[in-house]
Amino acid sequence: MSAKTPRLNDLSWMIGGPQGSGVDSSANTFARTCAHAGLNVFGKREYYSNIKGEHSYFTVRASSGTVRSHIDETHVLATFDAETAFRHVREVVDDGAIIYDPALGKTKVSDIPTIEHRLQGELKTYLIARGVGETLDDMLTTAKQRGVTLIPLPYNDLLEQIADEFHVDALSKIARMINMLAVGASLGAVGLEFEFAVTALNDVFRARKATVDMNAAGARKAYEIGKVLAPDFGYRLTTLPQKEPRLFLTGSQAGALGKLYGGLRVQTYYPITPASDESEFLEANEVLDLNDHGIPEAEDPAFVKEKGASVLVVQTEDEIAAITMAIGAALTGARSATATSGPGFCLMMEGIGYASINEIPVVITLYQRAGPSTGMPTRHEQGDLRFALHAGHGDSPRIILASGDFEEMIRDGLLAFNYAERYQMPVIHMVDKALANNSATIAVPDLADLRIDRGQLVADGTGFTADRPYRRFELGETPLSPRAVIGQHGTLFWNTGDEHDETGHITEDPVLRDMMMEKREAKLQLAGKEIPDSVKYHYFGAKNAQTVIVSWGSTKGPILDAMDRLLAEKESVGFLQLRLLNPFPTEAVMTYLAKAKHRVDIEMNFSAQLGGLIRERTGVETTHVVVKYNGRPMSNDEVHDTVKAIIRNQAPPRTVLTHGA
Amino acid sequence: MALEQVLKAADFATEVHNDWCPGCGDFGILRTIQMALAEMKLDPYRVAMVSGIGCSAKTIHYIKTYGIHTLHGRVLPVAQGIKLANPNLEVIAVGGDGDGMGIGGAHFVNAGRRNLDMLYVLYDNGVYGLTKGQASPTLKLGVQTKSLAHPNINEAVNPIWLALAAGATWVARGYSYDVKHLKDLIVQGVRHQGYAFLDVLQPCPTYNDINTKEWYGGEDRADQNGGRPLPRVYKLEAEGFDPVVRDPTDIEDKAKQALEKALEWGDRIPIGVFYNNEHVPDMGERIRQRIPTYYARTPAEQRIAGPNGEPLTDVAKLFARLSVPPST
Repeated sequence: MSAKTPRLNDLSWMIGGPQGSGVDSSANTFARTCAHAGLNVFGKREYYSNIKGEHSYFTVRASSGTVRSHIDETHVLATFDAETAFRHVREVVDDGAIIYDPALGKTKVSDIPTIEHRLQGELKTYLIARGVGETLDDMLTTAKQRGVTLIPLPYNDLLEQIADEFHVDALSKIARMINMLAVGASLGAVGLEFEFAVTALNDVFRARKATVDMNAAGARKAYEIGKVLAPDFGYRLTTLPQKEPRLFLTGSQAGALGKLYGGLRVQTYYPITPASDESEFLEANEVLDLNDHGIPEAEDPAFVKEKGASVLVVQTEDEIAAITMAIGAALTGARSATATSGPGFCLMMEGIGYASINEIPVVITLYQRAGPSTGMPTRHEQGDLRFALHAGHGDSPRIILASGDFEEMIRDGLLAFNYAERYQMPVIHMVDKALANNSATIAVPDLADLRIDRGQLVADGTGFTADRPYRRFELGETPLSPRAVIGQHGTLFWNTGDEHDETGHITEDPVLRDMMMEKREAKLQLAGKEIPDSVKYHYFGAKNAQTVIVSWGSTKGPILDAMDRLLAEKESVGFLQLRLLNPFPTEAVMTYLAKAKHRVDIEMNFSAQLGGLIRERTGVETTHVVVKYNGRPMSNDEVHDTVKAIIRNQAPPRTVLTHGA
Repeated sequence: MALEQVLKAADFATEVHNDWCPGCGDFGILRTIQMALAEMKLDPYRVAMVSGIGCSAKTIHYIKTYGIHTLHGRVLPVAQGIKLANPNLEVIAVGGDGDGMGIGGAHFVNAGRRNLDMLYVLYDNGVYGLTKGQASPTLKLGVQTKSLAHPNINEAVNPIWLALAAGATWVARGYSYDVKHLKDLIVQGVRHQGYAFLDVLQPCPTYNDINTKEWYGGEDRADQNGGRPLPRVYKLEAEGFDPVVRDPTDIEDKAKQALEKALEWGDRIPIGVFYNNEHVPDMGERIRQRIPTYYARTPAEQRIAGPNGEPLTDVAKLFARLSVPPST
């Protein structure tokens, strides 16, 4: 190992442990340490639908380059329980390192009830094949034989030392600290300056000094051990100068920020994984500051810039109430939204149809997770495209916008409201579990080009008279009728889930019915014409590339990372990321996809839903589909290797990706 | 929001053709709502009438205020969404017993917990009218109305009990053929500071041939009353019933007597106010404690964009909190 040049600033680190043991905060600390050192960071969180005890793990990639996805291999595996080691040792590269608790060496794989029977069998077979027993020591021996550096970290001794120094009377009070010890040892092994960890601990513990000091002292001891036990470790991290501040955030926070910037004023929700984090962030930040961009109120001495605005977040009794309450709020003029995941979205269908027939602007942020039914609540999937497209009975126009990364989540938060109000219909903003739970450093996005478009709002209702009253659904030259809100003088209107006339009263008249159906559909057509290509899709790579990947949503990260590698390998590859999925950007798909030799549809679902949609809307057949439905996001490697095989004509028409623990 | 000019009940009527069955109890409720709106001098542009699905839900089309005819069972969440986003509006929800007690049951319970300042009027006739007379959640066990193949196999829910259990702070019952009394109840319910629930006995002449106008009026009991009808419906206030919680320590006693009264049915059916408690802060007030500008700058009325569409929400502090500073 020592003979090789160390790999600098390109690390894949993993920490795992039982849920409730602080895996998230330790990963957050590690990632923030790297971020403070100036590195770019991408974090991926995997967890069971469970509160305490089941295995969760977190991978962090730290790099000097752009990083948008995880890779299959692990360079440093930090463990403090036996289960994490058993589950993940095989993912550690031969020149990698494993931090573990030597006190657990005699633990057998069959002692761990949270490892599923299938996996226990697989691990035993693996160990038997290598002629060893079934203890953790045996498992680690197999790693050592491959060349992996073992870093035994005496957690209990370290805790005792800390207890002594800080006069803690019982070890149990500081037992939680072991996760930070694992972080310390990791940083020692990769040689990053320890001071960044102190800054990170201050972030994570929000500067609660006593906690920071104690964790820092423990992590520092572990750091020294890591440094000593892995002196020539082949993966190193070092500082990288950054001139500008960067954001370090999760997708849930990005989703919330975009909505706030877009003028969200009422958000309803019913608790559901992985959507609730967004609503909770909003609720924690319900009192908002205002800009004074030349608004007349700013001249008024009563104008308050600070805390002058607010968003009301309401936890409802179910998702039916969430969508219908948001609809009620939208009718008063407040930009209103709800956020949910598959099972909750199921309950919202009737409400979405109602918003569609009544032309009510409401935004539904759909955080997809693995279905069907309860499925795998904490696992990833992009399986709801067809569902979102058709959710509800009858033909009910809606706009569907899908974000592929954090910056898009922020921008789309605003755009979704603009489209909802301009085209007076529900907008389904599609995101997913991977986006929600990933964390990453990104450049502070430049949002200066974004404007709020409230569409055709009735500015002044006083002009309406008994002879010429306001008509909410006026049939005119354009399908967009001026929209009034409840409480606006002169603008009475009615809504009904029944078909309606221009004022909003019930009608079953066949002629009016046709006109209203056509009006609603025409709005969707108009949206298709007006929404710019820059929103509808992104295309990366050479226009006439031989191989063109088409995808949507969070697969953007691994696809772009894999593409960087493929382009460096001189492959002719392009990537069409579809963002507006309804109305469908038919022309873009025809332009970019039709002529490619290999047309590769990549999606996180079983049935290649986008591929089918492309065929339906354009007649273009993809030559290859690459799908994954095991609940774990696609990796850079999976995409790279599969597309490489396709380019070499070595891949079948359908590839199912399976990586991930 | 009171008006200077005097509006009559008729001013709150639209020209929409009313297609309820002749003799329907809904007419009485519609008329009393219009009378109450006029009496309170409410500005039609500041009132939202919200309904569920069914015959009763058509009410809003006949009233000249904002009218939102929602989905089956969803009258309360839509009404609450309107009220929460603009707490300065007057919101009145109306719906049938199937709508509110059946398909909308979860919303009924949770509206009580919130105690938003609004009135919910339940049209209670024991049947699903618009789908031709199936048993509704308020039809008593063993009763066989006209459309039923067999006597009702389910026990009835007691709307007064359920409203009290859920936390409604004003709970009353009216009778659609006692228009003046009902109008007074609607006025009281609208004026109540908090969530007001009004159960209205409303005969369905087409499908409920048991609990008819004649039955409520006690025409079958004329022989006990010297040849004159002996009404089953009686007024709580006429018997000195005092529903008002004057002090929070009264709550238990007042709730108990309300529950006890609500058990009466058959020969004597009480109408009037069962319970009235203004000592519970309504949800608007609870929100105001967290968001001090809630009433002054309601979610509905906040300006969110500058003259050229500039987003006015300043997210700089949030961005700063999620930032990693430059490194050297």
